[in-house]
Amino acid sequence: MIEDETAFSYTHRHLLGIEGLSPPEITALLDQSEGYVEQNRQADKKQGVLRGRTIINLFFEASTRTRTSFELAGKRLGGDVINMSVSNSSVKKGETLIDTAMTLNAMHPDVLVVRHPASGAVKLLSEKVNCAVINAGDGSHEHPTQALLDALTIRRRRGELSGLTVAICGDVQHSRVARSNIHLLNTMGARVRVIAPRTLIPAEAARLGVEVFHDMDRGLEGCDIVMMLRLQTERMHSNFFPSIREYFHFFALDYDNLAKAKPDALIMHPGPMNRGVEIDSEVADDYGRSVIREQVEMGVAVRMACLELLSRNLSNDISRNL
Amino acid sequence: MTSKSESAPGRVAYINARLLDPASDLDATGDVLTEGEAIADLGPGLFADGVPEGTEIVDCGGHCLCPGLVDIRVQLREPGEEHKGTLASAGRAAVAGGITSMVCLPNTLPVIDDMSAVEFVARRARLLGLTKVYAYGAITKGLEGKELAEMGMLTESGAVAFTDGVTALADAQVMRQALNYARTFDLLIIQHPEEPSLARGGDMNAGEMATRMGLVGIPREAEVIMVERDLRLAELTGGRLHFAHLSTGIAIDAVRQAKARGINVTCDTAPPYFALNETAVGDYRTFAKLSPPLRHEEDRLAVIQGLLDGTIDAIASDHAPEDEDAKRLPFAQAAFGGIGLETLLSVSLELYHNGYLPLLQVLGLLTCNPSDLLGLSAGRLKRGAPADLTLFDPDRAWRVREQDLLSKSKNTPFDYRPLQGRVLMSVVDGRRVFSRDS
Repeated sequence: MIEDETAFSYTHRHLLGIEGLSPPEITALLDQSEGYVEQNRQADKKQGVLRGRTIINLFFEASTRTRTSFELAGKRLGGDVINMSVSNSSVKKGETLIDTAMTLNAMHPDVLVVRHPASGAVKLLSEKVNCAVINAGDGSHEHPTQALLDALTIRRRRGELSGLTVAICGDVQHSRVARSNIHLLNTMGARVRVIAPRTLIPAEAARLGVEVFHDMDRGLEGCDIVMMLRLQTERMHSNFFPSIREYFHFFALDYDNLAKAKPDALIMHPGPMNRGVEIDSEVADDYGRSVIREQVEMGVAVRMACLELLSRNLSNDISRNL
Repeated sequence: MTSKSESAPGRVAYINARLLDPASDLDATGDVLTEGEAIADLGPGLFADGVPEGTEIVDCGGHCLCPGLVDIRVQLREPGEEHKGTLASAGRAAVAGGITSMVCLPNTLPVIDDMSAVEFVARRARLLGLTKVYAYGAITKGLEGKELAEMGMLTESGAVAFTDGVTALADAQVMRQALNYARTFDLLIIQHPEEPSLARGGDMNAGEMATRMGLVGIPREAEVIMVERDLRLAELTGGRLHFAHLSTGIAIDAVRQAKARGINVTCDTAPPYFALNETAVGDYRTFAKLSPPLRHEEDRLAVIQGLLDGTIDAIASDHAPEDEDAKRLPFAQAAFGGIGLETLLSVSLELYHNGYLPLLQVLGLLTCNPSDLLGLSAGRLKRGAPADLTLFDPDRAWRVREQDLLSKSKNTPFDYRPLQGRVLMSVVDGRRVFSRDS
């Protein structure tokens, strides 16, 4: 297959975050993803563009859906995929992140897909290896493929991102999904709101280019898209809110506050959902409004696109073979 | 670069120098004569009739000769963590930075909370014959913040003041008792001003940068709350209180007002807080992960203002060696601290080169001011004073490079920074312990 290089403009070695990417770069990633959506719905899903490539999923933090999504993506493109879960205990035994990175690098993988509980850890690792690195979530920093799959989901439903009003609701403080989405949506010309109690909004959040609300009814008014976030209790030290009951009472999405959004507003959630915590079950299961399953489907396509584009960039990088 | 320690010093004439003595407001071309371990004479035209016979002559080449620098905040890591730094490695780095006296924190292993530990540091330093080393005693046993250490006896052994090091003394009642008891012997209590529960889990300054990077922020209020609490306790007890490494405008304001009210308080800062701001941690640079964290640009400017108007009494290096194992980690897991002995003077000279402070005032913050705070005999060019001297070229350009530093650990927040002004020679008790080959 002869590829038209000019059609693709994502030329970085790694995908570490959305912040700093340009609209054409994001569009290139989304356009490439689009092509895989149909392919994934065929009986024969397999392609050979990653034949001979080795992809290692290196997860320092528990994950089922993201890891599975990357694994499927790699396999459908014909790559060899290996999953490594590094539990906290083995890290405590003394092997550092950099030791692990150097060890894996010596095995000549082509792409490392890395998730780590510490912000910035994936970037640190990327500096120590000579393969491509995809950030599959680092602490509270970024989760770029999640933002891309959210954007693809929205784009397929609404045509474009520009001009939409998107409300991101819940634990913005600890959420890498929120940060990546804020950067992506702002870059692509959407208007972003965040809605949460003050304790879950990070300092100077408005400086990221969002409107901050602390009331669901007011924040959801006129929104095109409602993105719910999972409460990340594992990252919370103390007293961000008094109880789940109180949180649900004021900040969960239900039909009452959803009525303030536009009648055709889409409901999104990066999963896994805490029903009865940040989202009412009825709303989550409303197939007319909720695109939560579609997000999961788009996830595979987006990750295929990322793996393919980064592999292509590696092929063009002569220095790597030295 | 060489560092050498000579045997018994005789008479040495340092000629053709720009003499700078902040304590006496001296800035003139002249000479210094040292005899043995003391300054015998100094002044313009000292050798107008020629240098007396039998005197060694050192031509200063018109460069600046000032009192040796006094660094009142250094972590040595010896005893206990010699893989990060030793008295010898710190001594070599210090003399290369023009520091002829330094005071180490008690957070070694074991903690400097009994007499033998104070004496260990003094004895080791004497044997090395580089920079003079003084020790702080711990305020509380084991730095645990609970029971007072034997401050009176530690003072008799040589402890120059008291601090729990990098740990804030959090319990208000213990702090009250420490200030009150220390007053009995007129001892100085030094606080690391950070309210621990507000700083808990924090990695950097709170604000937009931390939000973007997904890191937990330490608000500026963590500093000012501890400062304001302790100012009240100093007022209550009449004790002498000193705040180390102030980093925020609001805390400096609090000290400024307290001084105006007549409270017995002093404070210092460190070069990172007037030469860097929080953007230095961008890209998760752990070498710029300091405690207190690098702050907003407004705070950096407030620190400079505090130095200019005299609210801040001294500049200390806040030298905190950390090895690669402690720094080459994800940001949240990396240790706090940066080394600073070799860059103390050069970075401080930015205040002069950038037009914020006169040269003599900058030098005062590094010599007589810190010396006076602790009642040391250093920090002055005067007859009879110890012959501790620093010769530097205020204009010589150089670039900080990890591999050129003498410190055992290389964790400088100023890596690759171009600097202007470099130490050429250091003299301790009349001995030339460092001279830089040009």
